[in-house]
Amino acid sequence: MTQGLAADVIVVGAGIIGAACAQALARRGLDVLVLDAGLPGATAAGMGHLLVLDDNPAELALSQYSLQRWRDIARNLPEGCAYRSNGTLWLAANAEEMAVAEHKHANLRAHGVICQLVGAPRLCEREPLLREGLEGGLLIEDDGILYAPATARWMLDQPRIRQRQARVAEVDGARVRLDDGQWLAATAVVLANGIQATELCPELPIQPKKGHLLITDRYPGQVTHTLVELGYVTSAHNASGPSAACNIQPRPTGQLFIGASRQFGTTDPQVEGWMLARMLKRATEYVPALAQLNAIRAWTGFRAASPDGLPLVGQHPQRPGLWLAVGHEGLGVTTAPATADLLVAQLFDEHPPLAAQAYLPQRFLGEPTHA
Amino acid sequence: MPELTLDGRALRVAEGTSVAAALALAGDGCTRTSVSGQRRAPLCGMGICQECRVSIDGRRRLACQTLCRDGMQVETRA
Ligand SMILES: Cc1cc2nc3c(=O)[nH]c(=O)nc-3n(C[C@H](O)[C@H](O)[C@H](O)COP(=O)(O)OP(=O)(O)OC[C@H]3O[C@@H](n4cnc5c(N)ncnc54)[C@H](O)[C@@H]3O)c2cc1C
Ligand code: FES
Repeated sequence: MTQGLAADVIVVGAGIIGAACAQALARRGLDVLVLDAGLPGATAAGMGHLLVLDDNPAELALSQYSLQRWRDIARNLPEGCAYRSNGTLWLAANAEEMAVAEHKHANLRAHGVICQLVGAPRLCEREPLLREGLEGGLLIEDDGILYAPATARWMLDQPRIRQRQARVAEVDGARVRLDDGQWLAATAVVLANGIQATELCPELPIQPKKGHLLITDRYPGQVTHTLVELGYVTSAHNASGPSAACNIQPRPTGQLFIGASRQFGTTDPQVEGWMLARMLKRATEYVPALAQLNAIRAWTGFRAASPDGLPLVGQHPQRPGLWLAVGHEGLGVTTAPATADLLVAQLFDEHPPLAAQAYLPQRFLGEPTHA
Repeated sequence: MPELTLDGRALRVAEGTSVAAALALAGDGCTRTSVSGQRRAPLCGMGICQECRVSIDGRRRLACQTLCRDGMQVETRA
């Protein structure tokens, strides 16, 4: 570490993204200082579903690479991180959605993702609680789940990483000012502070997208795969108004996680009854027996949405020394390993493991003003 | 005076007794065993904390929010 510097690299944010970046940097032999203000972040609020998504080629590349990395990481993960490779079962309610499933199947297969179409009769064999009359589904076998907050803590538990609870009030290239006025300098600063990124860099095109979640009491063995409706592709992703889609995830404890809702234009963390009701109603349209279960908690969280749904990973084009790892929307737990690897490759000026172009901040912020 | 079964044992309680109160009277006061194997008991007594989850006639309910009824089967070790 160079004299006078607080660390080689300062990472702002100790969520799953900051933690993955810090771990990757520390493994390269750098001393890393992680600053976190202790605000309620997306990592603690989210579902931790590890899934391949293919709305566009860049999203598929990022998620597929990450799923492979998670499988490697999982070998060393402590049990508390609750990693499971339980697969995702995408559900088609009608012929139109089944056509989406078939298209998705072909696309994923072409990219080497292990998946299979499941016809209506086999659907209820695999998941007996599903209602009758669904058209079919698509099973993606290597998708998984993770308890992200524990995983972030595990990633940060490294000799070369120091953690400090502090709120960053200003970033200036490779320096940060804490809210007590103290300046800390490094050779690089990584901004990984989720939806709060715009407080430090107002020029970032990031918007909070609110989500509700609910967890039930323990009902072991009732649901095996993470059940997601394919209407998700058409309704939730593309709508600008409030929307809800069926997303049911079995936790290793036997509890069921139920999501997912999406709302723009609010930063109020309050659980909203009407939105929760709409979300639960949607879930019971696929698994009617849910209505008989006892829920124990509901809460909300905010996804950091960029205009194209992809994260911003790379150096800030107008603020040399400041590196961005933000805008991971509803997929940041999944895409944390790819984000960390892309960031490290760019910091070390190496060939990245997947093409970096689609995730560069330049696409929103313009070309670099520095040499 | 409803008569219910608590972990296989018959118990008669006064009208208006909650399942949580019945457990305190006649059981170990606990409603369930947690993932980590600990026995858990009612805490808030008003339907908020969810600590008092218990199996009643095969369904998960809150012991503090459920009144004892004739013939009820309460299982704290299910
Ligand atoms: C309801 C919901 C469901 C989701 N489901 C999934 C899912 O199933 N699968 C999936 O892959 N992803 C999911 N996500 C998305 C995923 O959770 C996020 O993309 C991911 O957690 C983002 O991590 P992060 O580290 O960027 O941000 P955060 O976890 O938000 O962490 C940011 C950190 O920065 C800190 N911070 C902020 N400002 C400052 C400051 N000025 N100074 C110091 N520290 C600061 C905060 O304290 C916080 O700890 C979901 C998100 C939500 C909201
Ligand atoms: S004791 Fe708290 S909900 Fe019953």
